[in-house]
Amino acid sequence: MQKELQPLDRCARCSAVPATSISRRAFLRRAAILSASGIVLLSPHAWAARSLDASSKRRLIVVFLRGAVDGLNVVVPHGEPAYYDARPTIAIGRMGASDGLVDLDGHFGLHPALAPLQSQWREGTLAFVHACGSPDPTRSHFDAQDFMESGTPGIKSTQDGWLNRTLAVIPGTHGPTEALSLGPTVPRILSGKAPVANIALGRAAERPMPMDRPVIEAAFDRLYSGNDSISRAYRDGREARKRLMSELADDMAQANGGAPSPQGFSDDTDRLARLIGRDPTIRVAFMALGGWDTHVSEGAANGQLAGHLKPLGEGLASLAKSLGPSYQDTVIMVISEFGRTMHENGNGGTDHGHGNVMWVMGGPVKGGKVYGKWPGLSPGNLYQERDLAVTTDFREPIAAVLRSHMEFSDSQIDRVFPGHPRSSGHVDGLIKV
Amino acid sequence: MESAGESKRDRILHVLNRLGFGPRPGDFERVSAMGPERYVHEQLHPESIAIPGDLTERVNEYRTIHMSPLALFAEYQRPIMEARRDAKGESGGDKGAIKDATKDARIQQRIVMREAVEARLLRAIEGPRQLQEVMTAFWFNHFNIFAGKGLDNIWTGAFEETAIRPHTMGKFRTLLGATAHHPAMLFYLDNWQNTAPGSAGAKGKFEGINENYARELMELHTLGVNGGYSQADVIALAHILTGWGLPKGGGGGGGGNRRPGGEGMQGAGMLKFFPFGRLMGQRRQGFGRPGAPPVDPSGFYFDAQRHDFSSKNFLGHRIDGGGIAEGEHALDILASSAATATHLSFKLAQYFVADDPPKALVSRMADRYRSTDGEIRAVLETMFTSAEFRDPRYYGGKFKTPYEYVVSCARATGVPVSNYRPLYGTMQILGMPLYGCQTPNGYANTQDAWLNPDAMMTRLSFATALGSGNLPLENPPFEEAADGGAMRREPAVVPRNGGGKVSIKFDPGAHGPKMTPPDPAQLAATLGDYFTPSTANAVEASPTQLRAPLILGSPEFMKR
Repeated sequence: MQKELQPLDRCARCSAVPATSISRRAFLRRAAILSASGIVLLSPHAWAARSLDASSKRRLIVVFLRGAVDGLNVVVPHGEPAYYDARPTIAIGRMGASDGLVDLDGHFGLHPALAPLQSQWREGTLAFVHACGSPDPTRSHFDAQDFMESGTPGIKSTQDGWLNRTLAVIPGTHGPTEALSLGPTVPRILSGKAPVANIALGRAAERPMPMDRPVIEAAFDRLYSGNDSISRAYRDGREARKRLMSELADDMAQANGGAPSPQGFSDDTDRLARLIGRDPTIRVAFMALGGWDTHVSEGAANGQLAGHLKPLGEGLASLAKSLGPSYQDTVIMVISEFGRTMHENGNGGTDHGHGNVMWVMGGPVKGGKVYGKWPGLSPGNLYQERDLAVTTDFREPIAAVLRSHMEFSDSQIDRVFPGHPRSSGHVDGLIKV
Repeated sequence: MESAGESKRDRILHVLNRLGFGPRPGDFERVSAMGPERYVHEQLHPESIAIPGDLTERVNEYRTIHMSPLALFAEYQRPIMEARRDAKGESGGDKGAIKDATKDARIQQRIVMREAVEARLLRAIEGPRQLQEVMTAFWFNHFNIFAGKGLDNIWTGAFEETAIRPHTMGKFRTLLGATAHHPAMLFYLDNWQNTAPGSAGAKGKFEGINENYARELMELHTLGVNGGYSQADVIALAHILTGWGLPKGGGGGGGGNRRPGGEGMQGAGMLKFFPFGRLMGQRRQGFGRPGAPPVDPSGFYFDAQRHDFSSKNFLGHRIDGGGIAEGEHALDILASSAATATHLSFKLAQYFVADDPPKALVSRMADRYRSTDGEIRAVLETMFTSAEFRDPRYYGGKFKTPYEYVVSCARATGVPVSNYRPLYGTMQILGMPLYGCQTPNGYANTQDAWLNPDAMMTRLSFATALGSGNLPLENPPFEEAADGGAMRREPAVVPRNGGGKVSIKFDPGAHGPKMTPPDPAQLAATLGDYFTPSTANAVEASPTQLRAPLILGSPEFMKR
């Protein structure tokens, strides 16, 4: 039997993703809200009318690391002596050293702060695409993020984002929670024609709005009882908000019941697990994390970058577990606007670079492998003699996910990424068929 | 069947809604007395409308919108860079120390953006020259720049004040030229870096052609996307515009390669290779120093060293190498093109008449554009006096953008605003932060861009808060600093990358004394008592304190 589903969502706008740092707990809460947001409803709605076959349960979660994460310290090319030469104080120690990296395949190793993701690597649901990035040479955060979100590097006038187009090219009516954005306002990557649910986090999510009061709601109900487009939008919005607020209230009550200690971690995962499986409405979700612009005191196994990677790795590992069976239908991609310079700078940090590593995780991923074509780190192979080169366009792995995971046709992919480059073959097999 | 009285009432509301941002208390009666035709004529000649003295005074208090780009740089950017340089030296590059050292200067800098936003909103809400306010918003959006990009944080208000506002109804060529020379545009669309390869000044950050501005100049500002230009024309125009940029800090080339260990986005952010930044560098040869080139205070600088002096073929015209004159010639060609006439006419008709504007009207407007050598006022006049504009089927058919909705709410209530945060914060929550559109094509003004379930909840919450007197519009705008110091907290106004904190509490209890709640009967009268029976009944059936919220949140008021 097919489930009727339903949105829920739309809650307070307002503050949200901390721009500079996240705690593990915050990440998990976000993930929990994400999982909580698809709720089985019995009442039929226009957007629930679309039948849910297997492919329509598949979802894509994108995590954007704003500020340009140092990919060379995330998936470390420890097989290259040049790496160690270039980074006297911030290189990650070799395997076996205390705080040394976690070997992946003999040539690459994982930052030790990401050790929680080892099990996904071993079970083969975590892959990386190295030397991946934008063909556009810009080293401006603004432009590079813009291009990576519009999906049209070099073309500034594209108004919508590729993740919104990903929904928009799926035929049929779109429910208001098929796309979920976790953060204060709808980001560039999700702007566009398809409706997007925007969820505030933390306390702001619970902040009451006048519309929550029955007397006010009843009064506006009388104004918007027609079948015109504004009335329909009104009713969708009200319904979504009501359900999300009630769900959030339950969720928060449970979370607050546990002690604010490391044990809270299991409370979070338990709650996540309970909410899993009821979540077929969301097709795409997005969140952004900041704090990666490590020009100064980047650190190695410990320090600034490690401090940001740790909660991210833990949060992703927990999300993978908590998604339960839905993990098999979910691909999580972690992207960042560009990489950082190969050489450490005079302040123990790295500057804006070019090529980076993309993370791809989920049941459908054929993981345990670092994809891409490694260009090497010798001076002649660097981009402008300073940065890791880009050998795989960032749109390629995404297109592979759309094709093999979301079952998009070539023409649908063309609409998500107009004029995208021909396949290089570097990510062949990334998604199980 | 509509009575003659109703028909006149609808026409009065139509011109108030379309030529302006909806009625203020007293507007309906005033236009009713003078007649809508005279109102249109008057609005087309804003200089004929007196501005109340106190409004002029209040606008003039926003000092920074009247400052030159160079003065703004000196007063609001240089202190950040100086504090940063000093802290860097003392702390050995500690990130936290640099952040602390630049904090005051960064907070100080936020004044500039806040003044730009408030000056815009003040005039939109209270200004009697409403068409001028609408056209300022329209042309700013047409020539959109993003205040969140680097130096445009301090230049956006000045850009609007000098490059847009004075030219909104004159010759389009003048408006186009003003935007093309303004540092805010040159910076936003990267033309300040656009350099002839192999020229004497080509080095470092200035090593080659940057097509960005040239492309948008044709696609967005003039010809339109199907305006009949080719990629070769884009490249030719980019070469024509090489050297159109910003003043150099010192003699010689336009900049240098970044040293390793360069700076991040913090503090002076994104300015690391900006030539003004050389003021702060080791080679202190900037403006006002002996040997520095003379600098136009407007901040525009043509660098012949980086210009391509060869002759070009552009849109079928041969343009001989002649330095800056080539660019002016290209702007002449673009402004007088038939494609430009049609593109601009379509955009105007879409804004003022309907999302899908009548083709015949667009065509007549384009004819008028060509016959008047691109006089905007004439094109507007053709539109406002057309049968299409006066056709009741278009009345009340445009779904308000968040900007229009928020401004029209504030106007309708007539509440004196001293704290603009709840207004611009609401626009941001609704996805339309003022001066915060990242892409050069600006915001759409069509219903499909703005009507969605989430937005309706926010609009109605805003309407309820405003209508019941729970929005702190009359509060002092900023909290005193926690330490009791004299410096006021200046919150960031324009978000970066669509993020940033937005926190507006629409529910009572969060704020102290707020504002006088609008009187529902007065509000209804201000809006010409124009409601459908369903709205009228719903308002009637509601408790008194909910009537103003319902009027502001009514379907009629969502549209203009």
